[in-house]
Amino acid sequence: MGVGSFFTSKLDEAIGWARKYSIFQYPFVTACCGMEYMATACSHYDIDRFGAGLPRFSPRQADVLFVVGTISHKMAPVLKRVYDQMTEPKWVVAFGVCTCTGGFYDNYATVQGIDTIIPVDVYIPGCPPRPESVIDGLMKLQDKIAGQAQRY
Amino acid sequence: MSILAELQRRFGDAIVETHEHRGDLTGVVARDALLAVLAHCRDDAALAFDVLMDLTAVDYLKFPGREDGPRFEVVYHLYSIARNHRLRLKVRLDEDDPRVPSAVAIWPIANWLEREAWDMFGVRFEGHPDPRRLLLYEEFVGHPLRKDYPINRRQPLIGPAS
Repeated sequence: MGVGSFFTSKLDEAIGWARKYSIFQYPFVTACCGMEYMATACSHYDIDRFGAGLPRFSPRQADVLFVVGTISHKMAPVLKRVYDQMTEPKWVVAFGVCTCTGGFYDNYATVQGIDTIIPVDVYIPGCPPRPESVIDGLMKLQDKIAGQAQRY
Repeated sequence: MSILAELQRRFGDAIVETHEHRGDLTGVVARDALLAVLAHCRDDAALAFDVLMDLTAVDYLKFPGREDGPRFEVVYHLYSIARNHRLRLKVRLDEDDPRVPSAVAIWPIANWLEREAWDMFGVRFEGHPDPRRLLLYEEFVGHPLRKDYPINRRQPLIGPAS
C-alpha cells in the first residue's frame, strides 16, 4: 500500500463523514405515512442531530429521496422523473411497507415495491413505521453513506 | 308508490320490475326504453329529477341466486332538488352484450361517470362523446372491478412521459 492509496481512503472517509451529516431530503409524500414522517421531522425527535433537519422541496437540491406512502401505477412515472432530476450523489429511502413491497395493496392499482422503478438504499418497514424505526433507518443510511466509495 | 306506478302506467312492459323498501324506490328498465324513461324522469314536472347523483355498474357473476341471470347491472341514482325525492333505476345487461345508450345528452355529469363504469366494468355506453378510460391508463389490460379479474394480475408499468 503506497502513500497515494492511504491518502485516497482517508479522503473518502472525510467526504463520507461530511456527506452523512448533510442529508438534504426530498420528501415524496403520497399517503398516510406522511403523518409519521411529519412527526419524525418535528422537534421532539430532533433529526437535526443527523444533519437531516432541512428538507429541500426541489429534487435538484436534494441528496436523499424519501418515498413516503403508496405509489400507484399512475404515480410511478412521476416518481421516476423526480429521481432522475436529483443530482449525484443520491440515495433513496423506502418509507413504509407500501413503498417496500406494496403492502396490503396487492391489487391492480399499486406498484408492488418502488424498487421495481428506482434503486432503493434503505427500507423502513412498518404501517406506518414508528419514528424510532425511521431514525434507525436514517442511521443505517448514514452508515452506508460513510462506508461507501465516494465519487467526487 | 306513485312514482313507480306512474312510470309503469306510462311505459308499460318497459318497466320490467319495481321494488320499494322503506321509501327507497327502484325500477328495472328495459334497455331499449332506457333513454325515454330517463328523459321523462328529468322533464316531467311531477318527477323533475334534475340531478343524476350516481351512475355505476354491478357485476353479478356468481352472485348467489343470480347465477343464470344477466351478468351486469347499470344503476342510475336520480334526485330531484325541487321535489326532494329520489329514484333508482337499473338496466340489466348480458355478459356477451354489455352495451347501454349514453345518458350524457340528458345529464352532462354522466360523461365522467360513464367513463368510470367503462373503465372499471367494461360496459360500453353507446353515443358517448369521449369514451376513454377515466381513472386507469391506456396501457391497462382488462377491467379491474369485474369479478373475474385476477387479483394478482400485474399490469405493464408505464414509463415517464418523457
